[in-house]
Amino acid sequence: MLTVPGWPGHRAGQHVDVRLTAEDGYQAQRSYSIASAPAASNQLTLTVERLDDGEVSPYLTEELRAGDQLELRGPIGGYFVWDLEMGGPLLLVAGGSGICPLMAMLRRRAGAGGSVLTRLLYSSRSWEDIIYREELAQIGAAGTGLQVIHTLTRAVPPDWRGRAGRIDRKMLADVAWPPTDHPLMYVCGPTPLVESVADALVSLGHDSERVKTERFGPTGG
Amino acid sequence: MDNRQMRLDGNALGGLLRELFAADVTAARGACAGCGAVGALGAQHLYMHPLAPGAVLRCRGCDSVLMVVVRGEGRIRLAVQGMAWLDIDDRTSGLD
Repeated sequence: MLTVPGWPGHRAGQHVDVRLTAEDGYQAQRSYSIASAPAASNQLTLTVERLDDGEVSPYLTEELRAGDQLELRGPIGGYFVWDLEMGGPLLLVAGGSGICPLMAMLRRRAGAGGSVLTRLLYSSRSWEDIIYREELAQIGAAGTGLQVIHTLTRAVPPDWRGRAGRIDRKMLADVAWPPTDHPLMYVCGPTPLVESVADALVSLGHDSERVKTERFGPTGG
Repeated sequence: MDNRQMRLDGNALGGLLRELFAADVTAARGACAGCGAVGALGAQHLYMHPLAPGAVLRCRGCDSVLMVVVRGEGRIRLAVQGMAWLDIDDRTSGLD
């Protein structure tokens, strides 16, 4: 959680650029999605996945201490955003840490009482790898029109009742709202996942203009 | 690794463009000078790497280069020869 003096507030789905400067002047910058709901405070939450060979994420996850200062640019983005007024139904599709900007949308929705019909399809490697597992279970059980559907791609517990395997066209055909419902769709995660999900949604008859994507690319760290 | 795996969304260029434009232009719609397709900048394909000095935005329809941004030695060069026009909604741009 960061406190940003003069923070103008953000919209769900926006990101910030975090810049680190080494003592010798070398700079490294990465983009991180804001995971907290829009709020009238100057605090925001980022969720950072540590990549072993990353330049920035090892510092943010291991060395950064409460009270340290960071250089931030943002909030950024007017495209991959969702506001309450945009309505739904919503289909959110995430792979791994791609859940972060979608979490800001889910928190925004929950904070407003959550009447927008929403389905989240979330792909994780294993049960242990599910980010926000407890919070998702909680808001998914609140009976406010949010369905949380997990799929696990590597390790599946013996008593697992969710889905298994990568998200494919068939899984999307089962989970997605029909195109006639004119859903808004947000897809976020590693580039290959985002591309295959977006292509599959369009092939299922969805308007590509309503499928918004945020690819993480190969160098998220 | 092929080009597809390197791909990002124009949305990721928002921070750099925010230094050049007074408004956030990732939601602004532009027209590809190559194929005429119209779409949000944030939805186009972006090729950008943290260690590279610049970024290339390509049309997601025809892959033509829309915009190139290069940064280095205290300068930023913006080339927009691939875009016929850019339309910014001043109600949402933050310019008001």
